[in-house]
Amino acid sequence: MDFASSERAGAPPSEITSAKIVIAGGFGVGKTTLVGAVSEIEPLTTEAVMTAAGAGIDDASKVPEKGTTTVAMDFGRITMAEDLILYLFGTPGQTRFWFMWDELIRGAVGAAVMVDTRRLTDAFAPLDYFENRHLPYLVAVNCFDGAPRYEPEEVREALAIPARVPLVMCDARHRESVKAVLISVVEHAMTTLVAEHEQGIVVA
Amino acid sequence: MTEPHDPRGNLVRPYAVTRGRTEPIRDIPIEAVLVASPAAVQESRFAGHDKYRIAVLCEPKAQSLAELAALTRLPLGVARVLVADMVADGLLSLHSAAPLKGYTERMDLLGRVLSGLRKL
Repeated sequence: MDFASSERAGAPPSEITSAKIVIAGGFGVGKTTLVGAVSEIEPLTTEAVMTAAGAGIDDASKVPEKGTTTVAMDFGRITMAEDLILYLFGTPGQTRFWFMWDELIRGAVGAAVMVDTRRLTDAFAPLDYFENRHLPYLVAVNCFDGAPRYEPEEVREALAIPARVPLVMCDARHRESVKAVLISVVEHAMTTLVAEHEQGIVVA
Repeated sequence: MTEPHDPRGNLVRPYAVTRGRTEPIRDIPIEAVLVASPAAVQESRFAGHDKYRIAVLCEPKAQSLAELAALTRLPLGVARVLVADMVADGLLSLHSAAPLKGYTERMDLLGRVLSGLRKL
Protein backbone atom coordinates (compact mmCIF):
# COMPACT_ATOMS: atom_id res chain seq x y z
CA MET A 1 0.00 0.00 0.00
CA ASP A 2 2.78 2.41 0.91
CA PHE A 3 4.33 1.93 -2.51
CA ALA A 4 1.06 1.98 -4.41
CA SER A 5 1.87 5.16 -6.26
CA SER A 6 5.13 3.83 -7.67
CA GLU A 7 3.38 0.66 -8.85
CA ARG A 8 1.07 2.55 -11.16
CA ALA A 9 1.32 1.71 -14.82
CA GLY A 10 2.70 4.99 -16.12
CA ALA A 11 1.61 8.47 -15.20
CA PRO A 12 -2.04 9.32 -15.78
CA PRO A 13 -2.69 11.66 -18.72
CA SER A 14 -2.57 15.30 -17.76
CA GLU A 15 -6.22 15.92 -18.64
CA ILE A 16 -9.01 13.36 -18.84
CA THR A 17 -12.16 14.52 -20.61
CA SER A 18 -15.46 12.89 -19.78
CA ALA A 19 -18.58 13.14 -21.90
CA LYS A 20 -22.07 11.87 -21.24
CA ILE A 21 -25.10 10.76 -23.16
CA VAL A 22 -28.46 10.75 -21.40
CA ILE A 23 -30.87 7.85 -21.82
CA ALA A 24 -34.40 8.97 -20.99
CA GLY A 25 -37.80 7.34 -21.03
CA GLY A 26 -40.59 6.10 -18.81
CA PHE A 27 -40.30 3.47 -16.09
CA GLY A 28 -39.43 -0.01 -17.39
CA VAL A 29 -38.68 1.09 -20.93
CA GLY A 30 -35.25 -0.59 -20.93
CA LYS A 31 -32.88 2.26 -20.04
CA THR A 32 -30.68 0.16 -17.74
CA THR A 33 -30.73 -2.75 -20.21
CA LEU A 34 -29.51 -0.41 -22.95
CA VAL A 35 -26.76 1.03 -20.74
CA GLY A 36 -25.68 -2.47 -19.68
CA ALA A 37 -25.42 -3.65 -23.30
CA VAL A 38 -22.41 -1.42 -23.99
CA SER A 39 -21.01 -0.46 -20.57
CA GLU A 40 -17.62 -1.86 -19.53
CA ILE A 41 -18.87 -2.02 -15.94
CA GLU A 42 -22.08 -3.49 -14.57
CA PRO A 43 -24.43 -0.50 -14.50
CA LEU A 44 -24.05 1.34 -11.19
CA THR A 45 -26.72 3.18 -9.31
CA THR A 46 -26.16 6.56 -7.76
CA GLU A 47 -28.72 7.99 -5.42
CA ALA A 48 -29.61 11.55 -4.72
CA VAL A 49 -31.41 12.18 -1.46
CA MET A 50 -33.97 14.92 -1.59
CA THR A 51 -34.73 16.62 1.66
CA ALA A 52 -36.18 19.93 2.73
CA ALA A 53 -33.10 22.10 3.25
CA GLY A 54 -32.01 22.07 6.86
CA ALA A 55 -35.09 20.27 8.11
CA GLY A 56 -34.37 17.82 10.90
CA ILE A 57 -30.62 18.39 10.78
CA ASP A 58 -30.38 18.99 14.50
CA ASP A 59 -33.19 16.71 15.57
CA ALA A 60 -31.59 13.41 16.56
CA SER A 61 -34.91 11.88 17.48
CA LYS A 62 -36.13 12.02 13.93
CA VAL A 63 -36.28 8.84 11.90
CA PRO A 64 -33.48 9.32 9.31
CA GLU A 65 -35.53 8.48 6.22
CA LYS A 66 -38.49 10.61 7.18
CA GLY A 67 -39.09 13.54 4.89
CA THR A 68 -36.53 12.40 2.35
CA THR A 69 -37.00 10.86 -1.07
CA THR A 70 -34.34 8.93 -2.90
CA VAL A 71 -33.97 9.36 -6.62
CA ALA A 72 -31.93 6.64 -8.30
CA MET A 73 -30.02 6.96 -11.56
CA ASP A 74 -28.33 4.04 -13.30
CA PHE A 75 -25.25 4.65 -15.35
CA GLY A 76 -22.48 2.92 -17.28
CA ARG A 77 -19.00 3.74 -18.50
CA ILE A 78 -17.07 3.31 -21.73
CA THR A 79 -13.36 4.16 -21.53
CA MET A 80 -12.60 5.24 -25.10
CA ALA A 81 -9.00 6.30 -24.63
CA GLU A 82 -6.62 7.00 -21.77
CA ASP A 83 -7.90 10.56 -21.78
CA LEU A 84 -11.54 10.11 -22.86
CA ILE A 85 -14.40 8.45 -20.97
CA LEU A 86 -18.02 8.32 -22.08
CA TYR A 87 -20.71 7.91 -19.43
CA LEU A 88 -24.27 6.83 -20.16
CA PHE A 89 -26.80 8.07 -17.64
CA GLY A 90 -30.34 6.77 -17.34
CA THR A 91 -32.84 9.31 -16.08
CA PRO A 92 -34.89 8.52 -12.98
CA GLY A 93 -38.05 6.75 -14.14
CA GLN A 94 -40.44 8.92 -12.20
CA THR A 95 -41.15 12.05 -14.17
CA ARG A 96 -41.79 14.13 -11.07
CA PHE A 97 -38.05 14.40 -10.56
CA TRP A 98 -37.52 16.85 -13.41
CA PHE A 99 -34.99 18.84 -11.41
CA MET A 100 -32.68 15.82 -11.45
CA TRP A 101 -33.03 15.66 -15.22
CA ASP A 102 -31.84 19.26 -15.45
CA GLU A 103 -28.64 18.34 -13.66
CA LEU A 104 -28.22 15.21 -15.77
CA ILE A 105 -28.53 16.92 -19.14
CA ARG A 106 -26.19 19.81 -18.26
CA GLY A 107 -23.15 19.42 -20.48
CA ALA A 108 -24.45 16.25 -22.14
CA VAL A 109 -23.52 15.42 -25.73
CA GLY A 110 -27.11 14.46 -26.49
CA ALA A 111 -29.95 12.22 -25.40
CA ALA A 112 -31.99 9.26 -26.55
CA VAL A 113 -35.63 9.08 -25.47
CA MET A 114 -36.64 5.44 -25.34
CA VAL A 115 -40.15 4.41 -26.32
CA ASP A 116 -42.04 1.16 -25.62
CA THR A 117 -44.76 0.65 -28.22
CA ARG A 118 -46.92 -1.11 -25.61
CA ARG A 119 -47.00 2.08 -23.54
CA LEU A 120 -46.65 4.89 -26.01
CA THR A 121 -48.23 7.46 -23.71
CA ASP A 122 -45.35 7.03 -21.22
CA ALA A 123 -43.18 8.81 -23.79
CA PHE A 124 -45.15 12.04 -23.83
CA ALA A 125 -43.64 13.54 -20.67
CA PRO A 126 -39.99 12.83 -21.60
CA LEU A 127 -40.54 14.05 -25.16
CA ASP A 128 -42.14 17.27 -23.90
CA TYR A 129 -39.19 17.76 -21.59
CA PHE A 130 -36.58 17.54 -24.37
CA GLU A 131 -38.67 19.57 -26.77
CA ASN A 132 -38.23 22.46 -24.33
CA ARG A 133 -34.52 22.05 -23.69
CA HIS A 134 -31.52 22.97 -25.76
CA LEU A 135 -30.09 19.48 -26.17
CA PRO A 136 -29.99 17.37 -29.33
CA TYR A 137 -32.08 14.24 -28.83
CA LEU A 138 -33.51 11.39 -30.82
CA VAL A 139 -36.22 8.83 -30.24
CA ALA A 140 -35.22 5.17 -29.89
CA VAL A 141 -38.11 2.71 -30.17
CA ASN A 142 -37.22 -0.35 -28.10
CA CYS A 143 -38.60 -3.37 -29.92
CA PHE A 144 -39.71 -5.66 -27.12
CA ASP A 145 -40.56 -9.27 -27.95
CA GLY A 146 -44.30 -9.58 -28.46
CA ALA A 147 -44.82 -5.83 -28.55
CA PRO A 148 -46.92 -4.47 -31.39
CA ARG A 149 -44.75 -3.63 -34.41
CA TYR A 150 -45.25 -0.28 -35.98
CA GLU A 151 -43.55 1.43 -38.84
CA PRO A 152 -41.27 4.25 -37.67
CA GLU A 153 -43.54 6.79 -39.33
CA GLU A 154 -46.54 5.45 -37.42
CA VAL A 155 -44.72 5.96 -34.12
CA ARG A 156 -43.62 9.43 -35.21
CA GLU A 157 -47.17 10.41 -36.03
CA ALA A 158 -48.65 8.88 -32.87
CA LEU A 159 -46.19 10.78 -30.66
CA ALA A 160 -46.17 13.95 -32.80
CA ILE A 161 -42.38 13.85 -33.09
CA PRO A 162 -41.06 16.74 -35.21
CA ALA A 163 -39.39 15.85 -38.51
CA ARG A 164 -36.04 17.27 -37.36
CA VAL A 165 -35.84 14.69 -34.53
CA PRO A 166 -34.36 11.38 -35.73
CA LEU A 167 -36.25 8.20 -34.89
CA VAL A 168 -34.50 4.83 -34.77
CA MET A 169 -35.66 1.31 -33.97
CA CYS A 170 -33.51 -0.69 -31.53
CA ASP A 171 -33.18 -3.72 -29.33
CA ALA A 172 -31.78 -2.53 -26.00
CA ARG A 173 -30.40 -6.00 -25.24
CA HIS A 174 -28.07 -6.07 -28.21
CA ARG A 175 -24.73 -4.34 -28.18
CA GLU A 176 -24.61 -3.61 -31.92
CA SER A 177 -28.11 -2.17 -31.86
CA VAL A 178 -27.28 0.05 -28.88
CA LYS A 179 -24.03 1.14 -30.52
CA ALA A 180 -26.05 2.23 -33.54
CA VAL A 181 -28.38 4.28 -31.30
CA LEU A 182 -25.45 6.04 -29.60
CA ILE A 183 -23.73 6.71 -32.92
CA SER A 184 -26.97 8.27 -34.18
CA VAL A 185 -27.14 10.48 -31.07
CA VAL A 186 -23.61 11.79 -31.65
CA GLU A 187 -24.14 12.25 -35.41
CA HIS A 188 -27.32 14.18 -34.68
CA ALA A 189 -25.46 16.33 -32.14
CA MET A 190 -22.81 17.09 -34.77
CA THR A 191 -25.40 17.97 -37.42
CA THR A 192 -27.18 20.24 -34.95
CA LEU A 193 -23.97 21.95 -33.92
CA VAL A 194 -22.92 22.52 -37.54
CA ALA A 195 -26.36 23.95 -38.40
CA GLU A 196 -26.26 26.31 -35.41
CA HIS A 197 -22.75 27.36 -36.28
CA GLU A 198 -23.75 28.18 -39.85
CA GLN A 199 -26.72 30.17 -38.64
CA GLY A 200 -24.42 32.09 -36.36
CA ILE A 201 -26.10 30.92 -33.19
CA VAL A 202 -23.67 31.11 -30.32
CA VAL A 203 -24.57 28.83 -27.46
CA ALA A 204 -23.97 30.51 -24.15
CA MET B 1 -25.51 20.78 19.97
CA THR B 2 -23.55 17.57 19.63
CA GLU B 3 -21.12 16.84 16.83
CA PRO B 4 -22.61 14.36 14.40
CA HIS B 5 -20.11 11.55 14.92
CA ASP B 6 -22.53 8.73 14.55
CA PRO B 7 -21.47 5.08 14.49
CA ARG B 8 -24.83 3.78 13.33
CA GLY B 9 -23.78 3.10 9.76
CA ASN B 10 -26.64 3.53 7.32
CA LEU B 11 -28.74 5.17 9.98
CA VAL B 12 -26.51 8.23 9.84
CA ARG B 13 -28.49 11.08 8.38
CA PRO B 14 -27.26 11.77 4.88
CA TYR B 15 -25.39 14.98 5.59
CA ALA B 16 -23.99 13.96 8.99
CA VAL B 17 -20.72 12.92 7.31
CA THR B 18 -20.38 16.42 5.91
CA ARG B 19 -21.28 17.91 9.31
CA GLY B 20 -24.51 19.25 7.96
CA ARG B 21 -23.05 21.04 4.94
CA THR B 22 -25.15 20.55 1.86
CA GLU B 23 -23.30 22.92 -0.50
CA PRO B 24 -19.96 21.83 -1.95
CA ILE B 25 -17.22 24.47 -2.02
CA ARG B 26 -17.21 24.11 -5.80
CA ASP B 27 -19.66 22.59 -8.22
CA ILE B 28 -18.61 19.29 -9.74
CA PRO B 29 -20.51 17.77 -12.66
CA ILE B 30 -21.57 14.18 -11.99
CA GLU B 31 -19.51 12.89 -14.93
CA ALA B 32 -16.36 14.85 -14.07
CA VAL B 33 -13.45 12.53 -13.43
CA LEU B 34 -11.20 12.57 -10.36
CA VAL B 35 -7.67 11.25 -10.05
CA ALA B 36 -5.90 10.62 -6.74
CA SER B 37 -2.71 12.56 -6.07
CA PRO B 38 0.30 10.29 -5.37
CA ALA B 39 -0.01 10.69 -1.60
CA ALA B 40 -3.83 10.77 -1.47
CA VAL B 41 -4.39 7.38 0.15
CA GLN B 42 -1.72 8.00 2.76
CA GLU B 43 -2.84 11.53 3.55
CA SER B 44 -6.55 10.80 3.68
CA ARG B 45 -6.08 8.00 6.19
CA PHE B 46 -7.02 10.34 9.00
CA ALA B 47 -9.38 12.55 7.00
CA GLY B 48 -12.38 10.39 7.80
CA HIS B 49 -13.58 7.00 6.64
CA ASP B 50 -15.47 8.22 3.58
CA LYS B 51 -12.66 10.43 2.26
CA TYR B 52 -10.25 7.53 2.73
CA ARG B 53 -12.52 5.20 0.75
CA ILE B 54 -12.79 7.81 -2.01
CA ALA B 55 -8.99 8.12 -2.18
CA VAL B 56 -8.61 4.33 -2.35
CA LEU B 57 -11.14 4.12 -5.20
CA CYS B 58 -9.37 6.84 -7.21
CA GLU B 59 -5.93 5.32 -6.70
CA PRO B 60 -5.96 2.60 -9.40
CA LYS B 61 -8.10 4.42 -11.97
CA ALA B 62 -9.84 7.69 -12.63
CA GLN B 63 -13.43 7.71 -11.35
CA SER B 64 -16.30 10.08 -11.95
CA LEU B 65 -18.21 11.71 -9.13
CA ALA B 66 -21.14 9.44 -10.04
CA GLU B 67 -18.98 6.32 -9.68
CA LEU B 68 -17.56 7.47 -6.36
CA ALA B 69 -21.07 8.09 -5.00
CA ALA B 70 -22.30 4.72 -6.26
CA LEU B 71 -19.30 2.71 -5.04
CA THR B 72 -19.24 4.30 -1.59
CA ARG B 73 -23.05 4.17 -1.43
CA LEU B 74 -23.11 7.79 -0.42
CA PRO B 75 -25.87 10.04 -1.74
CA LEU B 76 -24.65 12.10 -4.68
CA GLY B 77 -24.86 15.42 -2.82
CA VAL B 78 -22.82 14.09 0.09
CA ALA B 79 -20.16 12.63 -2.19
CA ARG B 80 -19.97 15.96 -4.02
CA VAL B 81 -19.25 17.88 -0.79
CA LEU B 82 -16.53 15.42 0.26
CA VAL B 83 -14.92 15.28 -3.19
CA ALA B 84 -14.90 19.09 -3.47
CA ASP B 85 -13.11 19.25 -0.10
CA MET B 86 -10.57 16.68 -1.26
CA VAL B 87 -9.92 18.65 -4.45
CA ALA B 88 -9.37 21.80 -2.36
CA ASP B 89 -6.97 19.87 -0.11
CA GLY B 90 -4.96 18.60 -3.09
CA LEU B 91 -5.87 14.95 -2.48
CA LEU B 92 -7.74 14.62 -5.78
CA SER B 93 -7.39 16.40 -9.08
CA LEU B 94 -10.56 17.32 -10.93
CA HIS B 95 -10.59 16.69 -14.66
CA SER B 96 -12.78 18.51 -17.08
CA ALA B 97 -16.17 17.42 -18.24
CA ALA B 98 -17.01 18.05 -21.89
CA PRO B 99 -16.48 21.62 -23.11
CA LEU B 100 -19.72 23.61 -23.20
CA LYS B 101 -18.42 26.39 -25.39
CA GLY B 102 -16.42 26.80 -28.55
CA TYR B 103 -17.48 25.30 -31.87
CA THR B 104 -14.10 23.72 -32.62
CA GLU B 105 -13.67 22.26 -29.14
CA ARG B 106 -17.16 20.79 -29.13
CA MET B 107 -16.83 19.37 -32.66
CA ASP B 108 -13.49 17.80 -31.75
CA LEU B 109 -15.00 16.09 -28.75
CA LEU B 110 -18.03 14.84 -30.71
CA GLY B 111 -15.69 13.49 -33.37
CA ARG B 112 -13.63 11.64 -30.80
CA VAL B 113 -16.71 10.17 -29.12
CA LEU B 114 -18.09 9.12 -32.50
CA SER B 115 -14.94 7.27 -33.52
CA GLY B 116 -14.74 5.73 -30.04
CA LEU B 117 -18.26 4.35 -30.44
CA ARG B 118 -17.53 3.02 -33.93
CA LYS B 119 -14.51 1.14 -32.57
CA LEU B 120 -16.49 -0.58 -29.82
